[in-house]
Amino acid sequence: MIGFYQYLLLATMLFAVGIYGVLSKRNAVAVLMSIELMLNSVNLNFIAINRYLVTDQAVGQLFALIVIVVAAAEVAVGLALIISIFRQRKSVNLNDFNLLKW
Amino acid sequence: MNMNDVVFLILGFITLLGAVGVVSCTNIVHAALSLVMSFLGVAGLYFQLQAEFLGLVQIMVYAGAISVLIIFAIMLVMDRNPDETNTSHQVNRWWGGLVAVLFAAIMGLAIRGSHFTEQAGSADADRVGQIAELVLGNYVIAFEVAAILLLVAVVGAIILAKGAKEQ
Repeated sequence: MIGFYQYLLLATMLFAVGIYGVLSKRNAVAVLMSIELMLNSVNLNFIAINRYLVTDQAVGQLFALIVIVVAAAEVAVGLALIISIFRQRKSVNLNDFNLLKW
Repeated sequence: MNMNDVVFLILGFITLLGAVGVVSCTNIVHAALSLVMSFLGVAGLYFQLQAEFLGLVQIMVYAGAISVLIIFAIMLVMDRNPDETNTSHQVNRWWGGLVAVLFAAIMGLAIRGSHFTEQAGSADADRVGQIAELVLGNYVIAFEVAAILLLVAVVGAIILAKGAKEQ
């Protein structure tokens, strides 16, 4: 009964929760966590496709691995940016990060 | 309903519960712990999809390293009462909810209308060996670029967080 489509639907719901978090949260760290959720759902799609559609090679798993590497780099740089901005602005609220806004 | 379906439902429930916890907890430390739960659910789904290596990488990198990094950063930038650190924007929460529901509905309809020809995978394929051959074979450039990206990210994160000295 559970097959490829259920995995796609689960990944879609995970991605939708991530979209909601990115658009509605005020804390910059929460936005980063929501981005992680979205990346996870993409990885889940890659691996489900590797399991059900393209089974002869492990390319989907390789892609997911590289996405994980990029996500780790993104989190490291993103959190460093947040800490650096927090030193100047004493806040992690995204509404206060309006240096480039006019 | 066989065993695999029950396992999928339980793991999917854990994953979605963790994800909803990330966006609904008002204390951001609780949100980070929900994120760990969601990561572990996804790792279980990887095991269920016969991607054991990716499941282990998920547990080590996401549930181990990234979540610890996030919690460290949260502790460093905590600037108010912990119970109101993860609030939603008053107006944007409705727009965000609308966009998320629309996205889920449209993608769900698209998935329902599409047709894929599934292949029967062999359960005892040597996935780790295949990944190793791909990483050091056709995709070696991507592997090297990922390594350089990690190095640059580490150096960049240190300089951003510590501050470079003016010469």
